Amino acid sequence: MSKNKSQDTGFLPPLSEGAGGGLKVITVRNLVKKFGSFVANDHLNFDVYQGEIFGFLGANGAGKTTAMKILCGLSSPTSGEAKVAGFDIYKETEKVKRNIGYMSQKFSLYEDLTVAENIRFFSGVYGISPADRKEKQDKLLKDLGLESAKDSLIGSLPLGWKQKLAFSVAIFHDPKIVFLDEPTGGVDPITRRKFWDLIYEAADRGITVFVTTHYMDEAEYCNRVSIMNAGRIEALDTPENLKKQYSAKNMDEVFLKIARNVE
Amino acid sequence: MNTLKLINNPLQPSSESPLLRRGLGEAFISIQHISKSYKDVQAITNISLEVQKGELFGLIGPDGAGKTTLMRILMTLLIQDEGTATMNGFDVIKDYKKIRNMVGYMPGRFSLYQDLTVEENLNFFATVFKTTVAENYELIRDIYIQIEPFKNRLAGKLSGGMKQKLALSCALIHKPEILILDEPTTGVDAVSRKEFWEMLKNLQQKGITILVSTPYMDEATLCNRVALMQKGKVLDIDTPAKLVENYTRKLYAIRSNDMHRLIMDLRLYEKTDSAYAFGQYLHVTGKDDEVEATEFENFLMKKDHENLEVFDIQPTIEDVFMNMMNE
Repeated sequence: MSKNKSQDTGFLPPLSEGAGGGLKVITVRNLVKKFGSFVANDHLNFDVYQGEIFGFLGANGAGKTTAMKILCGLSSPTSGEAKVAGFDIYKETEKVKRNIGYMSQKFSLYEDLTVAENIRFFSGVYGISPADRKEKQDKLLKDLGLESAKDSLIGSLPLGWKQKLAFSVAIFHDPKIVFLDEPTGGVDPITRRKFWDLIYEAADRGITVFVTTHYMDEAEYCNRVSIMNAGRIEALDTPENLKKQYSAKNMDEVFLKIARNVE
Repeated sequence: MNTLKLINNPLQPSSESPLLRRGLGEAFISIQHISKSYKDVQAITNISLEVQKGELFGLIGPDGAGKTTLMRILMTLLIQDEGTATMNGFDVIKDYKKIRNMVGYMPGRFSLYQDLTVEENLNFFATVFKTTVAENYELIRDIYIQIEPFKNRLAGKLSGGMKQKLALSCALIHKPEILILDEPTTGVDAVSRKEFWEMLKNLQQKGITILVSTPYMDEATLCNRVALMQKGKVLDIDTPAKLVENYTRKLYAIRSNDMHRLIMDLRLYEKTDSAYAFGQYLHVTGKDDEVEATEFENFLMKKDHENLEVFDIQPTIEDVFMNMMNE
């Protein structure tokens, strides 16, 4: 693997400087995380911009989950710097958590609570006042066309509705960034595509979407994609440029070339 | 080199295998009119399918399709409400002990002992089946060799790809004639998925009949035959090539510089029947399949799309599946 420019910190501006392009909502500099002698994240460097759909790809065990946990304020790095939504990931983890949303296929909503109860629960967690909640809940249910399902148990709803709701609840507190950890795993092909409509809508509203997936067609829908391998970011660019750079006809090939070559 | 080979040759199913061309003897796995419900949830409804000896057969469908329920019935871990199922002539209810000895099973959720080492897990499963690792080492060698350097590591401390290899080794250690794998590649990265299918192909070559489930539509093409499943029902059963052949709709690939606006515009166009994202292109069908490429093109030009491309394409299994879902 040739030396990659994303590994080279030389061209990246310092953390505090708002250089050209959009507003940065995630900045990561020389981020290292070690577990004993094992280096899970090896000097990560990247920026994510406001309203961007950022694909965070990598093989199993490449270090994606470790990095995501740090960015969500759930784990501290060994060294390096990072800011998420303007907050320091060492000292301001509570503020980080309040300003992000999170959703995965495995954890989203409580199946044995109703739609309204789930919204109330997550509103409480994120400190949304009851009055605000009421207003936002009405609007949310109206926008999704789910007013009639307000008192239904989540477990009784069709998968497509659950996904819409889970995503809407993850961004109910208007976070600057939403982290989606394999949000479409095991989902049928139509529902999977409808979910990407929601992602685009959120990005259009200025919410930054940080998403992991094992579906390589979904990598094509991201504005930019990073590909991790063995703890390092091996490539980071638009899908178009990555395909050119690796002489690949699609992202599946790009991924194969990167993940296989490095091993 | 290995990389190149894999990219160019996505593990063509061995439809050339004499066994499969010949039209096959009796079914090795036979499922007849199986239904199962859990309280008021109907998990599977009247499923019938047959798998031939030596075949690599895929159950393809999303969560909730009934794949796991069907496999658990075959594995004698669940009893069906209606219907019958046999494997190599043995009934899943009457002859459950014979079946358990004859079939290897890799359940969807990681089923190994997390607090035993790699080697201890393997020895455990060998002992349960009254055999030894040495006796059947040949069968698992190619797979186990990749995790052998970590044989003293606890199973719980393995990476996802390594866990999967250990689980497969354990499912094979009693030299089963049939292998049943429940979503072995779910949550697994694209590279490890390809490696896993290579392993399955090798096992098939050794004469093992394989029934595997997956939510990844693209993996259907790696099977000899597949059952497309949704909501407890079988939509269709055939070879991947035939399924694609039987899709008679006119399908177009369309792209432009602004893919999000493109899909929105196409959905508002009165002649569009469906428009879905498929990687770097949209796959689009017209109403009654009477819409020409030029009509889509003209409509989109008026909407100022730049670098517009519209052309005919062959469907993928995913197109086929989605079309059946909409029917």
